[in-house]
Amino acid sequence: MSSHYLSIENVEKTFEKGSVRSHVLSNINLHIDQGEYISIIGHSGCGKSTVLNIVAGLIEQSSGVVILDRKEVNAPGPDRALVFQNHSLLPWLTVYENVALAVNKVAGRSKTSVERHEWVLYNLELVNMLHALHKRPSEISGGMKQRVGIARALAMQPKVLLLDEPFGALDALTRAHLQDEVMRIHSNLKNTVMMITHDVDEAVLLSDRIVMMTNGPSASIGEILSIDLPRPRDRIALADSPRYNHYRQEVLRFLYEKQRKLEHISPKHPPSQARSAQSLPGGGSGSSPSDAAAGVPVLQKVSGAS
Amino acid sequence: MKTLSTTATENVSALNHVSMNRGRSIWPRIRTYLLQNFLPPLVILCLLLGVWELLCSGTGATLPPPSQVISETWELILDPFYDNGGNDVGMGWQILASLERVAVGYSFAVIVGVALGVLVGQSTWAMRGLDPVFQVLRTVPPLAWLPISLAGFQDSNPSAIFVIFITAIWPIIINTSVGIRNIPEDYRNVARVLRLNGLEYFYKIMLPAAAPYIFSGLRIGVGLSWLAIVAAEMLIGGVGIGFFIWDAWNASLISDIILALVYVGLVGFFLDRLVAMLGNIVTRGTSAS
Ligand SMILES: Nc1ncnc2c1ncn2[C@@H]1O[C@H](COP(=O)(O)OP(=O)(O)OP(=O)(O)O)[C@@H](O)[C@H]1O
Ligand SMILES: [Mg+2]
Repeated sequence: MSSHYLSIENVEKTFEKGSVRSHVLSNINLHIDQGEYISIIGHSGCGKSTVLNIVAGLIEQSSGVVILDRKEVNAPGPDRALVFQNHSLLPWLTVYENVALAVNKVAGRSKTSVERHEWVLYNLELVNMLHALHKRPSEISGGMKQRVGIARALAMQPKVLLLDEPFGALDALTRAHLQDEVMRIHSNLKNTVMMITHDVDEAVLLSDRIVMMTNGPSASIGEILSIDLPRPRDRIALADSPRYNHYRQEVLRFLYEKQRKLEHISPKHPPSQARSAQSLPGGGSGSSPSDAAAGVPVLQKVSGAS
Repeated sequence: MKTLSTTATENVSALNHVSMNRGRSIWPRIRTYLLQNFLPPLVILCLLLGVWELLCSGTGATLPPPSQVISETWELILDPFYDNGGNDVGMGWQILASLERVAVGYSFAVIVGVALGVLVGQSTWAMRGLDPVFQVLRTVPPLAWLPISLAGFQDSNPSAIFVIFITAIWPIIINTSVGIRNIPEDYRNVARVLRLNGLEYFYKIMLPAAAPYIFSGLRIGVGLSWLAIVAAEMLIGGVGIGFFIWDAWNASLISDIILALVYVGLVGFFLDRLVAMLGNIVTRGTSAS
């Protein structure tokens, strides 16, 4: 057994539907320390969500183990709070009630009702959502819903926060804003985070390490890139940093050179390139022109190839 | 509405001013509302009554014209709550008696129907076993159940209630199970991450998520029960709007029948609206995500 906070050991996943078997994940090994911010990046359909859902306990792995804080994970629980891409707030509850549902369930015994009320407000304040406490999800914007989803997850005081493309559905400006907030929250609370993203800038800006997955079927971890940039990180200052751009290019090279070759062998996932390429300018594009310029040659190369 | 609430919050000392203000801004709206929503049906109604009056005024007419219906049933209209004992009670009592049967039968149908719908929606095995049975049974016409239930209960009142129950339950079961099966995977995942237990899941996720479907089943169900009660009461007798119609037919009181039909239609309409309104209140915000 390793000394890491979260360990994913030899995890494999094969989906079986009737007689159709698809081997999605092969030999996934990942070790994460407490307080680390990990991003998982890879082409669409390679199995990123499957990894995250196995850690969450929502999907059962075919073999291998996930160990969190010296305990084996085999069922979902509030110690691994999930933020979904499509927010998944309960539409019949207000913003406050959505968070309160989680708090009352998770801390129902350990806190008094006054403490729980304050804890709900505290977490909504973290994501700047105190102004819309009594609105329903249908009455707030996509970015606000995602904030509430993050507040709900934080309110469970999870050991790991699992984010599945949390900003994927948002426009670039809102996304940049939320990325800054997540960075601020992470630097204050020191959560352990696993985040899936399609956005190279987002991955480099937020992460301590970027886990790059090879293409499916039978995806595994291709490379792990440590991002050695001092925190707090500022997106505008970083846009001119050679180290930052080096990291970006490492990721881009992995996604569009190393992994592109594989696609000739299995030409099953051409749309994934287009989708990932679109998200490249991502959160950084609004604020840093040089940043976007760096992505352009790669973009052209990709679109020329497909 | 908006002007009303803003004027209401204005300074009390300017009360005079406020009421004038309100009078000016509210009346045109009420007038257009009335014009738009009540004038068209009123015009059509007058036209229909006119045609009916013309058609039935001749000497060979078998049905009475509206003017005759009103004059013959004027006493019934004026005093809906007289009570001469036995079956000879006012229209109000007749309708209340029918409504009471519907209320009892329908309530059972709601409880049992939602429970069975949840079972069928949740469990694949229950669905495989029960769904074919439901699909066959729901096509049986309501009145076909009456002889069986008379044989079983040996009494007319429970039999009528049973007919209501068995009529209303199918759309409730089917809609509830569809609603349960359509609960988004995300909501289930939220419940799993929070480790909600069965009861919490039922009250906090399942019922609200399926509420729009459940209420559309409830609405169809209440309409069907009102359809069935009139037919069932014709056969079982006693106090009730159905038997009133049958009784009037036997006494050749065609005008009484027509008046009863008007009441049946209006009550059915209000029942439908009542359930729809309840549904709107309960599912507020649920359908839009
Ligand atoms: N329940 C399932 N049954 C069968 N196959 C599945 C199931 N869930 C996922 N898969 C398959 O596993 C593969 C990986 O899916 P996954 O959702 O993990 O990809 P992803 O990397 O998250 O993609 P995206 O970036 O588009 O979200 C896909 O090829 C998908 O078809
Ligand atoms: Mg995914």
